[in-house]
Amino acid sequence: MPEITHGDTKSYCRGVAMGASDVETWFVREVLPLEALLMQYLRHHWPEKSQIEDLRQDVYVRICEFAQKEIPDPAKPFILATARNLIIDRLRREQIVPIEIIADIDLLGLAADTPGPERSTVARDELRRLQAALDSLPPRCREAVALGKIDGLSGREIATRMAVSEATVSEHIDKGMCVLADVLYGEFSVFGKTP
Amino acid sequence: MTQAIHEEPVPTDAASVNASAAAWLRRRQFWDWTEEDQVGLDAWLAESAAHRVAFWRLNAAWSRTDRLAALRRETGETVVGQSKKRFRLIAAAAIALAIVTVAGAGFWFLRPAEKTYITALGGKQAIMFADGSKVELNTNTALRVNFRQRMVWLDRGEAYFQIKHDSRHPFVVMAGSGRVTDIGTRFVVRRDPSRLKVALVEGQAQFDRLNVSSETPKSLLPGDVVIATPTSTTLLRESAKDLSSELGWRKGVLVFEHATLLDAATEFNRYNSEKIIVADAAAAHLTINGTFRTNDVDAFADAAHGVFGLRVETRNGEAIISR
Repeated sequence: MPEITHGDTKSYCRGVAMGASDVETWFVREVLPLEALLMQYLRHHWPEKSQIEDLRQDVYVRICEFAQKEIPDPAKPFILATARNLIIDRLRREQIVPIEIIADIDLLGLAADTPGPERSTVARDELRRLQAALDSLPPRCREAVALGKIDGLSGREIATRMAVSEATVSEHIDKGMCVLADVLYGEFSVFGKTP
Repeated sequence: MTQAIHEEPVPTDAASVNASAAAWLRRRQFWDWTEEDQVGLDAWLAESAAHRVAFWRLNAAWSRTDRLAALRRETGETVVGQSKKRFRLIAAAAIALAIVTVAGAGFWFLRPAEKTYITALGGKQAIMFADGSKVELNTNTALRVNFRQRMVWLDRGEAYFQIKHDSRHPFVVMAGSGRVTDIGTRFVVRRDPSRLKVALVEGQAQFDRLNVSSETPKSLLPGDVVIATPTSTTLLRESAKDLSSELGWRKGVLVFEHATLLDAATEFNRYNSEKIIVADAAAAHLTINGTFRTNDVDAFADAAHGVFGLRVETRNGEAIISR
């Protein structure tokens, strides 16, 4: 099994130390568009589907902690290397998977380096994608999000309009925000090309 | 990447971190948002990188759907009982757009970058910029934003600006002929039909008027208040502390210090459809101090009655104050 060291991520990294808002800008611009690819990679290499969301979060935490020192450029190989290292760390720690699978991961790591959907494709489909994301919400949740987003109503106004409590509006909105993020970033566009 | 930092990632369950991040974002977006709330959010973000990435991610997705608002018709008509129709409209627009973009993929990049925000009577809305700058709209306000150019047009009403400094791209607020050019600061701009008022809370800004070429631009310091009418521009110096009464609306309150009853009533009327009419000239000049919720016309009427012994009658959706 090839030994994987953290040194192999080093070669991707250029640039200078960054403040929190620069990291956020980089994260939103460079990392989030690759979330679908990352999720595909994680799903492929991690057997327990219920833990994928946690893994994704851990990958993001690692890369953002690193990015505070220097912004990795380009982002994609760095994200995938981080995901791979994380999975290997987890497998070693939890000792739930035989060692052969670790070797296998490295082979699959190459396959995951195929290009993701091009930005232009994503941009072209943006409005339809947003529409699809909105449509993916449960009806009442969608109504609350639409009243807030399209009509610009406040929480209280949404509650009045929907004749529900403010707490219920909060539940709808919170759920809507989480689902929108998953659909917009975590899934390949149904309209765009699949990589 | 050092091994030491990442050996033991703090075990935090992504679903609950996401739920907290969503709650912060929702409160900031849809409910009254105070300085204390901001302090609370900053502290929560500072707690862990997991909090930060979860918040950034949800915020980015949420902001991305801002484009849907562009589909809103300009009439200010709202969605009541019409969401189906609205979604059909979105679908139709999406299909139309798809057809257009087949012809030219560059369309998205040429689309107008301007967005309009409108608040209703008594309404309030916050707009976040990608760089962390924030604009809060007060009641009955219309504001157009060009995010790319960092330019804002205040067509009517009042807005509070908290602007992140960007030396290459100054932030510009146009209000009629008045122009505020910001140099990283907090300020409030209020545009009434015949009067423009700019108050600088923090930082530095410049004010000038496009139609009065003889005037030199005024540099504003914290506490400075500019009042511009069609015929004059006046600069007042107050202490920045005294500006708190200008900013009460951000917390949903009106703060009166030695205000006449008439002025106070006029302020209330900016927020509520139930109008307060001061029907007695002498009563109009009584001065009051106090803090009221912007929508609590009753509390104001009670004070007028209880403190000054004035008569308050409610009829036809008006509260009429007389002796």
